[in-house]
Formats: sequence, C-alpha cells, structure tokens
Amino acid sequence: MQYQSQAVAKPYFIAAIALFVAQILFGLIMGLQYVVGDFLFPYIPFNVARMVHTNALIVWLLMGFMGAAYYLIPEESETELYSPKLALAMFWIFLVAAGLTVVGYLTVPYARLAAMTGNDLLPTMGREFLEQPTITKLGIVVVALAFLFNLTMTVLKGRKTAVNTVLLIGLWGLAVLFLFSFVNPHNVVRDKFYWWWVVHLWVEGVWELILGSILAFVLIKVTGVDREVIEKWLYVIITLTLVTGILGTGHHYYWIGTPEYWQLIGSIFSALEPIPFFAMTLFAFNMVNRRRREHPNKAATLWALGTGVMAFLGAGVWGFLHTLSPVNYYTHGTQITAAHGHMAFYGAYVMANITMISYAMPILRGRAANSNRSQVAEMWGFWLMTISIVFITLFLTAAGILQVWLQRVSDSPLPFMVAQENVSLFYWMREWTGVIFLIGLLVYIWSFFIPGEGKAAA
Amino acid sequence: MSEAFTTSTARNIFYGGTLFFLLVFLALTYQTEQSIPARDKREMLADAKVVAGKKIWETNNCIGCHTLLGEGAYFAPELGNVVKRLGSEEAVKAFIKSRPPEGVPGRRSMPQFNFTDQQLDEIAAFLKYVSEINTAKWPPNIQG
Repeated sequence: MQYQSQAVAKPYFIAAIALFVAQILFGLIMGLQYVVGDFLFPYIPFNVARMVHTNALIVWLLMGFMGAAYYLIPEESETELYSPKLALAMFWIFLVAAGLTVVGYLTVPYARLAAMTGNDLLPTMGREFLEQPTITKLGIVVVALAFLFNLTMTVLKGRKTAVNTVLLIGLWGLAVLFLFSFVNPHNVVRDKFYWWWVVHLWVEGVWELILGSILAFVLIKVTGVDREVIEKWLYVIITLTLVTGILGTGHHYYWIGTPEYWQLIGSIFSALEPIPFFAMTLFAFNMVNRRRREHPNKAATLWALGTGVMAFLGAGVWGFLHTLSPVNYYTHGTQITAAHGHMAFYGAYVMANITMISYAMPILRGRAANSNRSQVAEMWGFWLMTISIVFITLFLTAAGILQVWLQRVSDSPLPFMVAQENVSLFYWMREWTGVIFLIGLLVYIWSFFIPGEGKAAA
Repeated sequence: MSEAFTTSTARNIFYGGTLFFLLVFLALTYQTEQSIPARDKREMLADAKVVAGKKIWETNNCIGCHTLLGEGAYFAPELGNVVKRLGSEEAVKAFIKSRPPEGVPGRRSMPQFNFTDQQLDEIAAFLKYVSEINTAKWPPNIQG
C-alpha cells in the first residue's frame, strides 16, 4: 500500500466478513422457520432472528464502507489519514456496540431491552431495520461523526478528486439521513413517511454514491483507464441515481395514507431507477474492455463486473418488476418484495464491498494480488454465492407470485397462513439454496487462508 | 463520450440536477404534510390508548413478523386491517391472549407476550386507528 495509514482498513474488512457469516447463519434459521414454524421457538423467535439477519447486514455493509473509505481516501488524497488512532478507536467502539446490541437481541425479550436501554426517554425502537436501542443509535452517530471528521480533514489537506468527493458526499448523506431514525411521530402515516428518508434515501440514494465511487476507484486501479474517463462516468451515474431516486421515494408512498398523486410520481421516477444501474453495468464492462494493463488481481475484476450485472438485475430489474403502482397494489408486502431485497442488497452492496475487499486485502497483506490458487478459490466463492442468490431470488419470486394469486387475486382469496402453506415447496428450495450460499461464503473465506506467493505489492 | 462533454460539465449537471430534485421532493413533502390530515385519522391520536398502543407495538417488535400497511416482515399476517378481518377489537385481543407459550408443534406461532388487559386494550385501540387510515383502498381484499 502507498500510505501506512491505509492499514486501518484491515480490521474493518475482517469484522465485516465475520458479521456477514452471522448474517447468513441467521438467514438460514429464518428460512427454516418459514417451513418448520416451531424451529428454536420460543428461544429465538422469528422476529429476533430477523433483527440479527438484517442488522448484521447493515452493520457489516457500513463496516465495509468505512474500511473502503479508510483505504481509498488516503490514496486518492495522496496523503496519510488525519488520525489513524481515531479510526482504530472508532472501529472497536463500533464493533463492541454492535456486538452488545446483538447479545441484547438474543438474550432478553425485546420489550425488556427497550426498558433497559432507556427507550422511554426517546422512543426510536421497533421500526423495521431501525430496531437498535436508542443508545446504540446514538453510538452510531458518534462513530459516524468521528469517521467523517477524520476523512474530511484528510481530504481537506490532500488532493480533491471526483472519487473522494463523491465518496464523502455519499458518506455525509448517509450520516445526515440517519438522523431521521430519531424521528418517530405518533402518527403512523408521518412515522412511515419519514422512516423512508432513512431506508429509501440510503439504499436508493446516497449509498449508490458510495457504491459508485468504490467501483470507480477499483476500476481505475485494475484497468489503468484514464481517471478523466472514469470520473465522467461516475458523475453521469450518480446524476441518474439521484434524479430518479429522490422522487423514486414515491414508490413507498402508495398505500400508507399519503396523497394518491404519489402513485403517479413514484411510478414514473422509480421506473427510471434501473437506468443508473444499467449505466453502471456498461461502465464496468467498458472500462475492463478498454483496460491498459493486465492487473494480476483477476478476482477483484470479476467482483467489479459482477457488481455491475447483479446490481442491475437485483435493484434494477427486480425493482422495476413491482414498482408501478397498479402492479404494486397486488405485490406490496409479499415475497416479491423479499425476492427483490435479497438480490438488490447482494448485487449492489455486498458485491461492491467484496470488490473493494478483494482488491485491497492482498495489498494490505503485502502483495499486489493473491496466488493463483487463492484467486481460483475466491472465484468459486463468487460463483457459488452469486448463482445461489439468483436462485433464492427466483424461488422467492415464484412463492410471491403464487402468494399474490392465492391471497389477493383468486375468486376465493385464502387467508395469509393458508396461502403460506401452499407455497412452502418454494421456501424449502430457497432454504437449500441458502445452504449452498453458505458453502460459497465459506469457500470465499477459505481463499484468504491459501498461501499467497503472488507478486510483491508495488 | 464526446470531448465537448467534460467532467466538469458532468459534475455541474450532478449538482444542479440533485439540488433541483431535492427541492421538488421537499415541496412535495410540504404538500403532503398539508393534505394528510384529511386521510390519516390524526384525531384518533387524542385517545391516549392509541399512543400507548403504538409504543407497545414498537417495543415488542411486532413489525419483525407482521406487516403494517404492507411494510415489515412477511412471516405473519398483515395487521393494518386486522380489526376488520377478525371482526372486532375484542376478537383481536382474544387472539393475542390465546397464543400457547410453547408454540404449536411444527407450525409458526405468535409468542405469548402476557399482556395485561390494559395493554391489550391499547394495542387494539392502536390497530383500530391504523385500520381507519385512508390507504387508497389497499389491501386488495380482507385477507391483507
């Protein structure tokens, strides 16, 4: 690596992958509970497993983003990190807070956790994805502020590029929008309205800026294409992202008590949301085709291309599938939503994080790329996980279509639980595919332990 | 991309476009805040039971299994219209009370939360309030 302080990225990447394993294990528990309803009941009820599954995902993606930023910013800014010590301190605070939160979820009933952590003083808990105790949320704010202070000071004293500017805008946006997790009106319509300012404006807004800049950085490194060309693409992609994504929030405002003009606005703008993802696919393939060097890290290039394709399929195509309001009227809150969620998160954010880890980790370990054997194992991990998520998505989509038909469209609509039993075959197939995903993840992790006799880092 | 279209042009379009759509979004937010009192049944929040019920809903993580107006987990039934589906607030309370503590062998079961009668009244009042919100005729039928 070019700057000593980039080394602080390493613990972030390791913790991210460890939490990824936890996420998948709890995903398998939930998947089994879908078909064996009493599995681990009442010790780990479904809602607890789900909190661990989704919160571990969010935290590990944030850990990965932070690691990516600590690696990327010094190199782009051509200067050492403002304070590596602060970065390491924040790592431990974040990790311990996340760990304690998960222990809290698993060991005490949620209502008692709320009472223990002072939710009465500032009630923020119990809303999807924002289940963390209020004190954990405050801790996240502190960590985020220290992190942003550290990075902003670094960029201010160094070179300003499109890549580090866009990354900083994305990260500041992430932190500012998170403040809406403290907004919890009694009025359910307003509660839901502003809840989406965190959830939607994160994943279909500012996170895409982070994704774009990570992808741009890795593509500059592995292809050697002119920075000028890549930065232009980056601005075009993020323009398309925010022009479509901000008003695209409207696709969540169809059925929650908000005015009905949102059906038109949400349908139009969210129908355009696949465009930035398509541009990202074109971008990744174009840059790799125009490469001026053969970077020894083939695995990182594969992950970068995979991000382009899978983000487009998961976020773009599967999002479009149910985003028009007349369609969403039938699919809202069904397994179709779950199908989209799985492929979109994997394709966009999981793969972007792994792209960065795949590129940076060998360098952090003192070599330009891993050995051929290690890269082959990593690519096996890539294909096993990616193919698994495609099939998980297809099975959930099948379950969702049947669910919509049985419960909402047929002449004699069935109750929810009866419809669920009717589609259980697809839940079983999803669960077994999930096991293959876990195997893929373990193969990926194993690749880190295959001795690397690759070329020394430049 | 052509030479005339430079990186700084792209950057300016990014800042301008983002700012423009952000302002449109804020304007629509303002408009939404102005118009929802006619749809969101906020007058029912004057009843302290409804507000207390929302807190019980949150602190027991009901959204971790159920959906409410289609948002949440997809493991258990939609509850935005549950008062209408089961017929009354009494029926909702009776259902919550009747959950076996050890679950149902082989099947999904709601945990037994051991709510007091007052808490049950509050939850039911909250769910009744949600069922009155104007949701543009969603869900498509009573099954949610």
